[in-house]
Amino acid sequence: MASKKKFNPVRTPMPEQPADVRNKNFKEVALGYTREQAIEEANRCIQCKVPLCQKGCPVEIDIKSFVGHMAAGDVPSAYRVLKETNALPAVCGRVCPQESQCEGSCILGKKHEPVAIGRIERYVADTFDSDSACEMITGHTACSLPNDQVKVACIGSGPSSLTVAGYLAARGVPVTVYEALHEIGGVLVYGIPEFRLPKAVVAREVGALWAKGVTFLPNWVGGKTITIQDLIDDGFDAVFIGVGAGLPWFLNIPGENLVGVYSSNEYLTRINLGRAYDFPNYDTPAPRPRNVAVVGGGNVAMDAARTALRLGAENVYITYRRTQDEMPARLEELHHAIEEGVQLELLTSPIAINGDENSHVKSMTLQVMELGEPDDSGRRRPVAVEGKTKELEVDMVILAVGTGANPVLLEATPGLKLSERGYIDANPETGETSIPNVFAGGDIVGGSATVISAMGAGRKAAKTIAERLKVEL
Amino acid sequence: MSNKILQKKALIPGQTSLLVIEAPQIAKKAKPGNFVILRIHDKGERVPLTIADTDPEAGTITIVYLVVGKSSALLETLKEGEIILDVCGPLGKPTHIEKCGTVICVGGGTGIAAMHHIAKGHHKAGNHVVAIVGARSKDLLLFCDELGGFCPELLIATDDGSSGHKGFVTDVLRERLEKDKDVTEVVAIGPVPMMEAVANVTKPFGVRTVVSLNSIMVDGVGMCGACRCNVGGETRFACVDGPEFDGHKVDFNELRMRLAQYKNQENESMDLFRREHGE
Repeated sequence: MASKKKFNPVRTPMPEQPADVRNKNFKEVALGYTREQAIEEANRCIQCKVPLCQKGCPVEIDIKSFVGHMAAGDVPSAYRVLKETNALPAVCGRVCPQESQCEGSCILGKKHEPVAIGRIERYVADTFDSDSACEMITGHTACSLPNDQVKVACIGSGPSSLTVAGYLAARGVPVTVYEALHEIGGVLVYGIPEFRLPKAVVAREVGALWAKGVTFLPNWVGGKTITIQDLIDDGFDAVFIGVGAGLPWFLNIPGENLVGVYSSNEYLTRINLGRAYDFPNYDTPAPRPRNVAVVGGGNVAMDAARTALRLGAENVYITYRRTQDEMPARLEELHHAIEEGVQLELLTSPIAINGDENSHVKSMTLQVMELGEPDDSGRRRPVAVEGKTKELEVDMVILAVGTGANPVLLEATPGLKLSERGYIDANPETGETSIPNVFAGGDIVGGSATVISAMGAGRKAAKTIAERLKVEL
Repeated sequence: MSNKILQKKALIPGQTSLLVIEAPQIAKKAKPGNFVILRIHDKGERVPLTIADTDPEAGTITIVYLVVGKSSALLETLKEGEIILDVCGPLGKPTHIEKCGTVICVGGGTGIAAMHHIAKGHHKAGNHVVAIVGARSKDLLLFCDELGGFCPELLIATDDGSSGHKGFVTDVLRERLEKDKDVTEVVAIGPVPMMEAVANVTKPFGVRTVVSLNSIMVDGVGMCGACRCNVGGETRFACVDGPEFDGHKVDFNELRMRLAQYKNQENESMDLFRREHGE
């Protein structure tokens, strides 16, 4: 009996590649639990009467139940519970910021370390193997009959659309997903690097959706190859827009178009989607810098910096205008980056990028900052220390300063109401837009956020679509 | 979309070919000025190519390419009946076409193919289209028959004088502008030095000049900014804001620098391709 054992206040550690080994390869950093470790960790869960963890999860996984099954060593049952609400558990177990979601709500975390819910989720999703796509998606061996009198289209194939497709496919609804790029998965394939989220993991989840009858059409650009009106004319009963926030922001400082200055989107797309880390075996070339500055303090900045190290850069700096405490990146990612050798240039903000005679980056001028009064976000506002600048010698700059709404689809969709910030104005409860039966969710509604919040939005929209189309469950 | 190559024609053997590709949805949507992004095999890079023509009824698009590196060399190895792995489009803003009088369309090298599609659009809109095409010599000229079919004036310039005027397209353009003050617009598509030279020629005449920029692109849908260029002091993305811009406002020098940024890797990739193909 678990209750007779001495309670372990510390979570079972996750084995990982040593920092000085992994900073030279693109293999996954965190190696995952063994069965024994997963069972041991699951047994730390005290099975609260009123589980707070579930409320912390945007797709409301019945965490108590799946962890309970794992504690008993029953992986198939644990998997079924996960898949009831989460189309991509192998992804979420890896990339969710659990510390501010499920694990942040875990009651054990008040006095000790919270249960490592994400690591257990990952173990279950990686381990359960089924021949049945139906079981992969619904957790049940028998699927409902196809509701093929209705059909639904998704634009974009990122986490929110995959969730919509998974939810509706599990209820027998044929879903067609239109994707602009040549690979399915959105940010999961072009943004998050292989060393955090292996592409094979994404392909497995997508493969299960294919097998269940979801049709994926790559190279279809929403607003160009096909418009919302075309889809309505083609007889789709509902359309879900999940195109993300893919427009990179620049800083509008001098020297931004010099050779060697990249948006994080371009850098990561070349490396992840184009597999440029394996050039010339793959055809997409990648820059070969010696000293790199990454501007920004979010997860994308960490991904870009850690990628540059792996591609052989000698010095990789993260320049951030506040201090380490205010960084929006997950603590775990920041720690990983520092362990691997990324250097921090805190309280600095770039004011110019300087080039050589060939218009190639040779340095960046940084304004030195200090922290002032708290701003609207509650974080202390960075203020320039007048007259104090420093020069950072770099031959490449990656700007990871955020993204906005890409206008390509929006401009081609008259009648679609936008918010003041240029995102789609959708009902927060149902996901419905100003166009009837056209829904939207994820970053194109709320601005860049997390994989799991996009999935939460997809889940809400999918539920509304199912109700609206009177899909029999 | 099938992306099958229905027809392949060598326009300049070993250098420039024309492909007619089965792509019904793109054919239905494409307008002059649009481009596609191709990926030829599963380890391939994404490369932009202008749509040189469409046949919506037949469901086909036409592209013309110059063999300059690994990807175009690979494209040149494909035969009729074979499939291009990924064809994505139509991308970019279409050319602004309205009935406006006399339009001069200038094309250089492979750019003549793209120019031809735009010239056709202007012709259909009821404009008097003057086509000026240039190449090093007569056998490197493209699309002269097609352009001659609908352009009331087809003017040719070759470096060696083997056809038309001996010299540059800009000489012909300047002469044409001098004798006709009613030209509403000049469109130029071709190598960067040629487009820059055209913009310099038209500037004193105050004629609106449109150039089609061939920046390096990755996704082609506005999500990375690889193709960014400086137009009138502002950063624009050629893939979604262009590819056509006011030639009098483009920073051609910056464009040239940015186009050369992968020179070493491009050579490395091409050398590897040559070795693998026993050349």
